[in-house]
Amino acid sequence: MSTKLIDANNLIKSFGNFVAVDNIDLAVNRGEVVGFLGPNGAGKSTTMKMLTGFLEPDSGKILINNIDLKLYPLQAKQLIGYLPEGAPSYSDMEVSEFLSFVGKMRGIDDRNTLNNRLEDMANQINLKDVWNRPIETLSKGFKRRVGIAQALIHDPDILILDEPTDGLDPNQKHEMRNLIKTISKNKAIVISTHILEEVEAVCSRAVIIANGKLLANEKPENLGKNLNQKSVMSILVSNKIDSTISKEIKANFKNNKIEVQTIDNSYCKILIEGDEKNLELNKILTQLKKQKLNVVEAFFVRPSLDEIFRVITQNK
Amino acid sequence: MNTYLNKTYIIFDRELKGYFRTPLASIFLLVFLSLSSGMTFFLGRFFERDQADLTAFFSWHPWLFLILMPAIGMRLWAEERRSGTIELLITLPVTNTQLVIGKFMASWIFTLIALILSTPIWITVNYLGDPDNNVIFVSYIGSWLMAGAFLALTSCLSTLTKNQVIAFIISSISGFILIMAGFSLILSAVRSWAPVWITETIGSMSFLSHFSRIQMGVFDLSSLIFFLSMIILCLWINIQLVQIKKAD
Repeated sequence: MSTKLIDANNLIKSFGNFVAVDNIDLAVNRGEVVGFLGPNGAGKSTTMKMLTGFLEPDSGKILINNIDLKLYPLQAKQLIGYLPEGAPSYSDMEVSEFLSFVGKMRGIDDRNTLNNRLEDMANQINLKDVWNRPIETLSKGFKRRVGIAQALIHDPDILILDEPTDGLDPNQKHEMRNLIKTISKNKAIVISTHILEEVEAVCSRAVIIANGKLLANEKPENLGKNLNQKSVMSILVSNKIDSTISKEIKANFKNNKIEVQTIDNSYCKILIEGDEKNLELNKILTQLKKQKLNVVEAFFVRPSLDEIFRVITQNK
Repeated sequence: MNTYLNKTYIIFDRELKGYFRTPLASIFLLVFLSLSSGMTFFLGRFFERDQADLTAFFSWHPWLFLILMPAIGMRLWAEERRSGTIELLITLPVTNTQLVIGKFMASWIFTLIALILSTPIWITVNYLGDPDNNVIFVSYIGSWLMAGAFLALTSCLSTLTKNQVIAFIISSISGFILIMAGFSLILSAVRSWAPVWITETIGSMSFLSHFSRIQMGVFDLSSLIFFLSMIILCLWINIQLVQIKKAD
């Protein structure tokens, strides 16, 4: 029995001549949080809409816990909790009423079970203060939380959240990320986001989509490795480096790419491409001392997820 | 089967309560009751006619429903599409058929409530004279079925747009065409270019002629079946349209 809760293969979806999703494969195991990244209009939401059964793919197959979504939509949908983009809800209903409606629709027939789940949601998602208020009177942050609560009400194995932290303040974002981490242990979670730090904070895997194509699918920390985005050691010295010294330095580190930048009259920066594996700090410092350079600070600069994202989505 | 009905009922229940969550329900009931009785007594000359029947009451229903049913039904799908909640509904473990029927039934039962609230006029006519209560009962059933046909048409057309006002207008215009279908003005316009069977089909679609037949007191099965078939046909198209238009 595979642990793949979501197994989508060769998904294609076009709207007229526009190919929104172009042959995407995606598998998500129990315990994984997959972050969907991509520019606006990249096909993230369309993919999520197909995974939840809202849209039918033109071709391709989606298995939800080994159930074919196309053949057995009701059984498959039962396993999914979904927060659509913008967290839509019935604004005239009270929070408790709305969650109880979704709970019943999700098949929680027993009143006690439903009440327990509602109580869990009120506590877990922090909705107690607005429990009996009409949704239309709530702030954007609370509306988003109500959206999360309706996705979680039936404690689904699979959670698909389209921009779950959009519109939340920094504290609420932090809470939401903690919540996602807590519940992720025995679920498969897919979240889409524009915020790259979110991927680093909560996701065990990052998937980058642009123009409907899947461009990267790996652990967030490994994303830059296949690209020409390398770590750099940045060394600040309180000396002036003229062209002679610069040549000497470059001659000493033949294997690494080196750049020398003059900051002002008394400071210069030496950038040596490489990471912990091929650069030894002690050796470098000794070498620079020999050249009578006074090192003020030295540290590794790793490519940021932002840069990686730009390189992947613009260059390919 | 049980869960099937249960989920349809949950949709129905949410939708029906939805009418009462806003002032819409009370405004509608007020407008329906005052217009229907106003028309009966003033335009229908209820007292001057000096007859113990409710012809003056029922004969206004097609015209009242022409405006009031689109007002009730316009939000059924247009609002779901506008607010994006359609995405929530479709990704729930229910079929489009359950959604369409649940929503339609809520609006239809709501009109039944309105019709039941109008029964004091039935009591009045019994107090004043000795009417044929069978005729009145059948007329009530006919009126409710006709309301259902208007509502099914509106529900179906409200899938085409995200704007409730547009849904209201196209439903009223379509309803007007269906009411007028039996009138010679429309029929002669069609007769000039269309084959006889088309003219006859259009003529037989007239809401007005079917409803007046029911109102005569003859338990006209074909007219009852006509309205029921209209409901089923519109809801079937509604289900297909939800599938086609959901993601637009």
